[in-house]
Amino acid sequence: MDDEQPLFRWSWVESNWNSDSPNSIVNLLEAHVVMSLVPVVLGLLVSLPLGLACVRWRFLYQPTSAVMNVIYALPSLPLFMLLIPQTGLTRMTVIIPLTFYALAVLVPAVVDGMGSVPDHVRQSAVAMGFTPLRRLVQVELPIAVPVVLAGLRVVTVSSISLVSVGALIGQGGLGNLFTDAFQRDFYTPAIAGIVLIVLLALVGDGIVLAAQRLLTPWMRARRAS
Amino acid sequence: MITFDSVTKRYPDGFVAVDDLSLEAETGQITVLVGPSGCGKTTTLRMINRMIDATEGQILLDGSDVRQIDPPTLRRGIGYVIQQAGLFPHRKIVDNVATVPYLLGWEKKKARDRAMELLERVGLDPKMAQRYPFQLSGGQQQRVGVARALAADPPVLLMDEPFSAVDPIVRTSLQEELLRLQAELNKTIVFVTHDIDEAIKLGDKVAVLRVGGKLAQFAAPKTLLSEPADDFVREFLGRDRGIRRLSFVSSSYLKLRTDLTVTSSSAAGPSDDAWLMVVSEDGKPVGWLDRDEPFGTYVHGKDSLRAALDAALLSSSGQAVALDESGRVVGVATRKALDEALSEAADG
Ligand SMILES: Nc1ncnc2c1ncn2[C@@H]1O[C@H](COP(=O)(O)OP(=O)(O)O)[C@@H](O)[C@H]1O
Ligand SMILES: [Mg+2]
Repeated sequence: MDDEQPLFRWSWVESNWNSDSPNSIVNLLEAHVVMSLVPVVLGLLVSLPLGLACVRWRFLYQPTSAVMNVIYALPSLPLFMLLIPQTGLTRMTVIIPLTFYALAVLVPAVVDGMGSVPDHVRQSAVAMGFTPLRRLVQVELPIAVPVVLAGLRVVTVSSISLVSVGALIGQGGLGNLFTDAFQRDFYTPAIAGIVLIVLLALVGDGIVLAAQRLLTPWMRARRAS
Repeated sequence: MITFDSVTKRYPDGFVAVDDLSLEAETGQITVLVGPSGCGKTTTLRMINRMIDATEGQILLDGSDVRQIDPPTLRRGIGYVIQQAGLFPHRKIVDNVATVPYLLGWEKKKARDRAMELLERVGLDPKMAQRYPFQLSGGQQQRVGVARALAADPPVLLMDEPFSAVDPIVRTSLQEELLRLQAELNKTIVFVTHDIDEAIKLGDKVAVLRVGGKLAQFAAPKTLLSEPADDFVREFLGRDRGIRRLSFVSSSYLKLRTDLTVTSSSAAGPSDDAWLMVVSEDGKPVGWLDRDEPFGTYVHGKDSLRAALDAALLSSSGQAVALDESGRVVGVATRKALDEALSEAADG
């Protein structure tokens, strides 16, 4: 590196922003959003019934969380190796492990959220004549929302960050920019990738936070008092 | 009327929390269940709305077995108030109060109007309606709890130590509020407490339970004080039973003397050594004639004999000054009159 290379070249960003290549920044961004968002949504959809089942049948919780934790502890690479024979080098190979990671956080969040409903509140709902389903939907879940959404924030941010690992199999979204950069000793793509991933994480976190504000006006009352 | 007919509750672990209980809670009256912690009061109460099902015996609500009624339907017709109020933290006060009307499928507007009406009834500022439970004090939350229980106008109200968690001053005002409401509404109330004074103050009838869920005595407060069934009840009632019993004797039995009052204008009188009460133009008590000493008053006929006796003890003369409800002097109760009333009260 004798001739002084600038660390960052706007010209590269401009020429790679929106080309036809699947590796244009816009396409990678799209891939990144899909691969991080799908696990979060799937995780939420699956963790709700799973978490509620663990609350209802307490004995399920122990084995469920044990399995989740083992999966969470597995490094991504062997997981990809396990999946590739079935799913090939596709986005699914990244989405599936990330969904399990999301579950590992969200199932306990749902269980803890339901646990955050004070007993006297639950009792008085019963005493007033709520049916079990209505009590769940109108009393218990709304009160569990803050705890569940706190979990969802963690999952959203970590999911956006973890997608990059998919670069190992060429499905890393913006993470693909890193491999490119390290192979060529040319850092502009890497810096662009990092900045965009951080921005994406901030946006994702902001959206969940906004949802939380919207869904729990009563929490603000509580904080203020 | 709520009828317990030989009701026993045995928990799955074999513990008998309520043992062969039979009693009747009269329509339009406050029936208090009182006893030490763990004696089965909550269990008894919850068997009425089937939050707990009895193991043996049956519970009748106006003649029909509660077990014939689907629990949610049964519960929507029975108000329930608990110690921590149990308000929904995520709902505004007005919507908390409207809970049962919503469950019954009332229109939102009608339910909210009803909720606002009830908030006023229990003595809460309508401004509270838009707040969340966290923004209210314990006493205010408890009032909301009562309003919520009354929202759908259920004939029956179950209250489980509703005032135990608030400070004594707030508790007293909540108790008085309840008596005032009950005078208007005539609900069939079953009220649980571990506080015998509260039981005696609120109950038309009081059931004293002992640990093991056995009924020790079921009687009117006055009877309880004068004729405790056994040592357990006597001990539970505590000291000063005789004095406390006077709370249930009306002061109207006192014979008043009207010749012991003078109007301020006609200053002179037959004052050899009698104490004379000086009364102002508009009938208010001023003080003892020629003696700068304290005097005590009570409202004749409305206050109890205990209040009259208390007033007499506060007067240097030992006489109680009797007032009417607007605060005008109607006479003086002398020691002789008090003595007679007391001995009559002692005879029952
Ligand atoms: N689910 C349960 N299983 C076993 N024992 C219970 C259960 N609920 C209450 N008990 C026992 O039954 C007794 C009466 O309880 P409770 O009705 O709550 O008493 P109280 O309201 O008078 O304090 C207590 O000794 C309590 O430990
Ligand atoms: Mg209790």
